[in-house]
Amino acid sequence: MKVEDLSQPLPPVRQFFSYAMTAIAFLLTGLALLPLFAILIEILRQGLPNLSLETLVSLPAPIGVTDQPNGFANAIVGTLIMVGLASLASIPIGVMTAIYLTEFGKGGAIANSIRFIATVLSGVPSIVVGVFAYGVIVLTTKNFSAIAGSFALAVLMLPVVVLSTEGALNLVSNSQRLASAALGSSRFQTTWRVVLLSALPGITTGILLAVARAAGETAPLIFTALFSQNWFSGLQNPTPSMSVLIYNYANSPYVEQTSLAWTASVVLVLMILLINILSRLVTRNRLDIQ
Amino acid sequence: MRIKDLSFYYGVRKALERVTMDIYQGRVTAIIGPSGCGKSTFIKALNRISELEAQVQVDGLIEFFGQDIYSSRINLNRLRRQIGMVFQKPNPFSMSVYDNVAYGIRVSGRKSKSELDDIVESALTNAALWDEVKDVLNKSALGLSGGQQQRLCIARALAVKPRVLLMDEPCSALDPIATMKIEDLIHELRSDLTIVIVTHNMQQASRVSDYTAFFSTDESRVGHMVEFGSTSQIFRAANEARTRDYIEGRFG
Repeated sequence: MKVEDLSQPLPPVRQFFSYAMTAIAFLLTGLALLPLFAILIEILRQGLPNLSLETLVSLPAPIGVTDQPNGFANAIVGTLIMVGLASLASIPIGVMTAIYLTEFGKGGAIANSIRFIATVLSGVPSIVVGVFAYGVIVLTTKNFSAIAGSFALAVLMLPVVVLSTEGALNLVSNSQRLASAALGSSRFQTTWRVVLLSALPGITTGILLAVARAAGETAPLIFTALFSQNWFSGLQNPTPSMSVLIYNYANSPYVEQTSLAWTASVVLVLMILLINILSRLVTRNRLDIQ
Repeated sequence: MRIKDLSFYYGVRKALERVTMDIYQGRVTAIIGPSGCGKSTFIKALNRISELEAQVQVDGLIEFFGQDIYSSRINLNRLRRQIGMVFQKPNPFSMSVYDNVAYGIRVSGRKSKSELDDIVESALTNAALWDEVKDVLNKSALGLSGGQQQRLCIARALAVKPRVLLMDEPCSALDPIATMKIEDLIHELRSDLTIVIVTHNMQQASRVSDYTAFFSTDESRVGHMVEFGSTSQIFRAANEARTRDYIEGRFG
């Protein structure tokens, strides 16, 4: 019997095809990364030189005044407060909704419609959510406020939290639920002590991504929280945020303001990067145990 | 436990037809039979765990020390604490070894730390696992080997002090040595525990059990019990031809 010579190379056409496809894959990957790095480099190039402790701790200086420190500390505080409040509202509601979807109402008509609504809601443009919050809160209270901004962000975060938590809970093997039930624990105990515990890393990742998204949103805040040149002065009042500051100042004719917008961009990107790294760490720690 | 005329349905499909047998206290009862004959269905009906997996319907009577377990007045949490279960695949929780064993006690009420320690140690000792895990009690249970995980699941079930332990093919995912350890364990445990074990391994049934029930299916794919008797009688002198054929390896 004649055995094929295993050391003989493939026919040139196949060889060429294989190399060509590899080259195309690399090329397209590079092309996809290009804008990503271009943005990052441009932000760092324009914003980093002005980044100093002063910008992080002081208020925006009035236009034309050069002997005062210039910064956006009020916007950092405003973003943290509004994202924090939005998380406080949307995370418990979102996680509870997801628990209902996977543990209690699974497969039922109610659960299916809730999931459908959440999916639709997650695709609603953020400016529409802003208009909604404007109509619901700003018009009724006759005031732009941090509350209105938080409300808009919470509405935006809610479907993300619901869907990602549901995904994480669905990954928990059913055998865990059965094992818990077989030990005589109630459905609530099973959900609380076993299912949530196993799904925690996934849930945390989903939540942090929702937080990161909310921190970067501009459209829902423009006509809910508005903006302010001053320190945060209560939940009932207009509140500055990083994203709106960037939006306002980037269009400004004054150089001090445009350069401040670049610096604020750097800080905002770093904040979001930090949240993402945090979510990675939470997940990785968990995998190490397993 | 006494089972009388038990018929079991998944939705509208009948899975088990009129099973009647007694499970004797302090004895090991093995359920054998070919795949799809309703062995697992049967054992999962005994602690009503199958209700969590699918829409089920049950006719007939299952009595646990004289109480009808399908009565609407039964508290499922109490029932399942009395009738423990070990599953086909080891399924420890993704917690520490200690927390796995302590789980069942913690959900049923508060206990002091020292009481909990004692229960965990005795449960692990009873499951012949204590010596292997006493230094890794606070490590994740998922780091144990398959055989250790299954014995951990047994310890977890023993910790709540059940009267009956149901084992659904507990060794089917394990290697021969781990299987041997579990079988030794069943021998140890039978003194103060009633055990029902489903197995498709006939040698295992003959090694560990006092009584054996042989299940099979008929043409309509509905499982039913063919024969029940002491293990020695079933394996040496079964009354039914089908039981003899199965045990001698002629079908199934």
